[in-house]
Amino acid sequence: MRKNILLVTLCYLIGAWVPVVAAGQAIPRIQFEKYTLPNGLEVILHEDHSTPIVAVDTWYHVGSGDEQVGRTGFAHLFEHIMFMGSQHVPVGAFDQLLESAGGNNNGSTTEDRTNYYETLPSNALPLALWLDSDRMGFLLPTMDLAKVNLQRDVVKNERRQRVDNVPYGRADETILAALYPKNHPYSWPVIGSMADLSAASLTDVQNFFKTYYAPNNATLAIAGDFDPAATKKLVAEYFGGIPRGPVIERRTTVPPVVIPHDEFLVLEDRVQLPRLFYTWHSVKDFAKDDAALDILAQIIANDKNSRLYKKLVYDLQVAQDVEAYQDGGRLDGKFQIDVTPKPGQKVADIDRLVQAEISNVIRNGVTTRELQRAQNSYKASFLNRLASVLGKAERLNYYNYIVGNPDYVQQDAARYENVTARDVQRVAKTYLGRPKIVLTVVPQGKREMMLTASGGGQ
Amino acid sequence: MVTSLRPKPGPPRSYRFPSFSDEVLPNGIRLVTSPVSKLPLATVLVLVDAGSTSDPRGKEGVAALTAAALLEGSQRLDGAELAEEFEKLGTSLESGADWDSAFFKITVLSDKLNLATALLGEAISRPLFPEREIERLKAERLAEILQLETEPRGLADEKFSEFLYADESRYSQPDEGSAKSVGSLTRADVDQFYRANYNSGTTTVVVAGDIPADATREMVTEAFRSWPSGVPRRQPLLAKARATERSALIVDKPEAPQSELRVGHIGLPRKHPDFFPTLVLNAVFGGLFGSRINLNLREVHGYTYGASSYYDWRRGPGPFVISTAVESQVTAPALREILLEVERIRSEPVLAEELSLAKEYLEGVFPIRYETTAAIASALATLSIYDLPAEYYDSYRRNIHNVSATDVLEAARAHLHPDELQTVIVGDAQVVRDSLTGLPLGQLTIHKS
Repeated sequence: MRKNILLVTLCYLIGAWVPVVAAGQAIPRIQFEKYTLPNGLEVILHEDHSTPIVAVDTWYHVGSGDEQVGRTGFAHLFEHIMFMGSQHVPVGAFDQLLESAGGNNNGSTTEDRTNYYETLPSNALPLALWLDSDRMGFLLPTMDLAKVNLQRDVVKNERRQRVDNVPYGRADETILAALYPKNHPYSWPVIGSMADLSAASLTDVQNFFKTYYAPNNATLAIAGDFDPAATKKLVAEYFGGIPRGPVIERRTTVPPVVIPHDEFLVLEDRVQLPRLFYTWHSVKDFAKDDAALDILAQIIANDKNSRLYKKLVYDLQVAQDVEAYQDGGRLDGKFQIDVTPKPGQKVADIDRLVQAEISNVIRNGVTTRELQRAQNSYKASFLNRLASVLGKAERLNYYNYIVGNPDYVQQDAARYENVTARDVQRVAKTYLGRPKIVLTVVPQGKREMMLTASGGGQ
Repeated sequence: MVTSLRPKPGPPRSYRFPSFSDEVLPNGIRLVTSPVSKLPLATVLVLVDAGSTSDPRGKEGVAALTAAALLEGSQRLDGAELAEEFEKLGTSLESGADWDSAFFKITVLSDKLNLATALLGEAISRPLFPEREIERLKAERLAEILQLETEPRGLADEKFSEFLYADESRYSQPDEGSAKSVGSLTRADVDQFYRANYNSGTTTVVVAGDIPADATREMVTEAFRSWPSGVPRRQPLLAKARATERSALIVDKPEAPQSELRVGHIGLPRKHPDFFPTLVLNAVFGGLFGSRINLNLREVHGYTYGASSYYDWRRGPGPFVISTAVESQVTAPALREILLEVERIRSEPVLAEELSLAKEYLEGVFPIRYETTAAIASALATLSIYDLPAEYYDSYRRNIHNVSATDVLEAARAHLHPDELQTVIVGDAQVVRDSLTGLPLGQLTIHKS
C-alpha cells in the first residue's frame, strides 16, 4: 500500500462497515463489457450511473511471488515508484493532478498482483486514464536513482510503521518462513526485508518495468458513470500506442510444502500479552476445498456465536480475542488461528481448549445452524463489496485474473452456498489434522511463556 | 498514441446530496429519513446524546461501557441470542460511544427493515445489563489499556491528549476511560448512566435507504414505544490547556525503530464560524497527500511513510494534531521541518495552486463520500450531533468554493498557535534526546516506561 490510510480518511464516519445478508436474495451480476487492445491490454467496462463518479482500477499481473530471493520487497517498492512521475508528468504532479480533480488514489501489492486505482468525479475520467497510460507507456525516460532512493526510504519507513514498530508485526514473516520452503514464492513477506530493499538497484527497476509493466500483462477496469463509446475512444487513444512487451512466463506451480511434525516457534517482541498463532498448510484460492475452509474459519472463530469466541472470550473469559481464516492465493494457501490470552492466562491452558474444539469439529462436525450463519455472513460480504464503484471494479479485475471471467460473483457466491456440514467436517479433518506451525509471540525476555510440544507456557 | 496533452476535466455532472425529511415524533424522538433506492438496503442509525463527554467525573468510560453493554442482552434474549436474531435477519448490531454521542447501527435488506428496527428498539430500550458481561467488557478494556503500552501509534495519540489538556478536562483522558476509572465501574454505574441519559429528548433516529419516505414514522414509533420521555441535559464541557507555552514529552521506548510524533494544540469546536476556511487551511497544510507536511517530510526528505494533520472536530474544542512516524535518527530534523511549516503557513498567503488543489479536492470528493446508505446515514447524523442547518450539505461545496487565500491566512493566524505547540515523542529517548538540543520545543520531560 503506497499511502498511509490516515491521509485519505478525511471525513469521520461513525463506525465501520456493517455486514448485510440477503436472506433468500440473489447476489446481483455485474454487467460488463470486456475487450482487448491489439497490444494485449485487457479492458473491462461496467456502467453505474447512480452517482456521478467513476473508478479506474489497473491490475498488473505481478506480485511479490514473482520476486527472486535476495530481492524481496521489490514488487511493492516498484508500486511506490509508479507514483513518482513519468515522461509527461513531473515528479509530484500525479497526486496533485488527481487531488485537484477531486479524486482519491492509491495502490497495493500482494503476493500475486499489483493494483493502482482512482475514484473520481466522472468528468475527470480522461485525466485518470491519461495519467495511468503515461506511467504504463513512459515511466523509464525520467526514472533515475534519486527517485528510487527516495521511495526506498519511504518504503523502509512503511516497513517500520507496519511491521517492526507494531506489536506482533513480525509474526507473519516468521510464520511464512517456517511454513514454506525457501524457494517457495510465498515464503517471504510482500514488504520484503530491509537488506533486500537496500540492494534494489536502478537496473532492477528498469528490468522489472520492461518485464512486467507491459500492456499485455495488465487489465484496466472502469466502473461507474461514463459514456462507453467515448471512453473506448479515449482508452484506444491513450493506451493503444504503448508497445506490447515480451511474453511473460509466470510460475504455475510451487515447491511442495512438507511439514513432517508440529513445529513450535517463539518470537520475542515488544508486547504485553503473548499471542498464539497456529498455521496449517491448506489450499489455494478457488481450489476445491477453499470455500469450505472459509466457512470452517467462520464457524470456529469469526462471530459472537462462533465456537472459539463463545468458549474462550464469552463463556470462560480466558482470551482477549480469537480469529481464524483461510488465506488462499493464486498458487497456494494456509489456514490460521490466532488467540490472545487474557492477562494471567497460560498459553498451555488456552491450547488445550483450542485443540479440544478442533477435535470436536473433526469428530462431531458442525450444526446446520452454524453452517447457515456462516453462509449468511459470506453472502453479506459479497453484497458489501458491490456497494461502491471501486468495489465493483476490484471484483471484475479479481475474477478476471483468477478465473478468467470478470462476471463470476454469482458462481463465487454459489461455492459458499453449496458447502455442506459434511464438507466442513471433512476439511477440518483433512487440513487441521495435519502437522502445523505453532508460533508464540512473547514479551521480551519471556521465552518460557512459549507453547511447546509438551505444553510449556509458564 | 499517448499524447503529451493532458486532458482537462469536462464540466462536472450535477450532484445533490440525497434529500431527507427531519421531524420530531409525538414521543419526542427526532427522526431523519432519507429515501435512497440504489440497492434494496437500508441503514438505521440511532444516536443518543450519551457520548463520553457525558461521563460523570471519576466514571470515565461509562458511556462507552453502556453502549457496549446494551448488546449483551435484552430482558427477553441474552447477548448470544440477540446476536443470533440479528444474524437471522442478515445483519448485526454495531454500537459504540464517541465523544459526543452513543450510536447503534444496522444495515439490512429493506424487506427486513421493520423486523430489524423492532429488534434494535428492543435491545436498547429493554436492556438486561448482565453483571457478568459487564465485568467481561471491563476486563477486555483493561487488557486493551495494558496492550496500548506497546502499541506506539495508539499510545502516542493517547499521551498527546493527556499532555494537551489540563487534568480536569474530560478530553485529557481516553474516551473509553483509564485503567483507574474503568476498574472502578460497576453495573449500577452503567444502569444509572443509562437511566440518566437515554430518553426521547436525547435520541435521534436516522433511516437512509430503499424505503418510502412516509414509512419510517410508524416503524420507529413502534420500535421505541417503551422509550422514556426526557430532555437533553448536556453538561458544560471544560477543555482547558495543560500548558500555555511550548513543552515536550518523550515517552521512552528503548530500541524503538521509529519515533511516533504528535505536535499540536487545542483546536476549534465543530460548530465554529471559521469551519470552512479552517478545513481548507488544514487541507493545504496536512490534510491531503499533496499537502505541505506530507510533501516535505515524505516526498522531499523521505523521513516517513506519511505525515498529516487534522482538526479533531468535536462539540467542544478537540485537538489540532500534526501526526507522523519517522525513523528514530531523523526525529529532530523532522520536528524542525514541522515547526517551520507552522510558521510558514501563518506568514504569507498560500499559493493559488495550493488553494485550488485543496478546494477542488474537497469539492470533488464530496459525492464519493456518500455512495452507501451507511455513509449517508452518518452524514445526516453529523447534522444532528453538531446542530448544523438542514442545507449544510447543499451549500457545502459553495462554502468551500468561496474560501480565499486571505481567508486561509486569517484562519492560520487565528487558529494555529506556534507559541502553544505541544510535542509528544514515543520513541527511544537515548537516541532522540540529545538531538533535540537547540530545537525550540520548550521544557522537555521524559517518561521512562
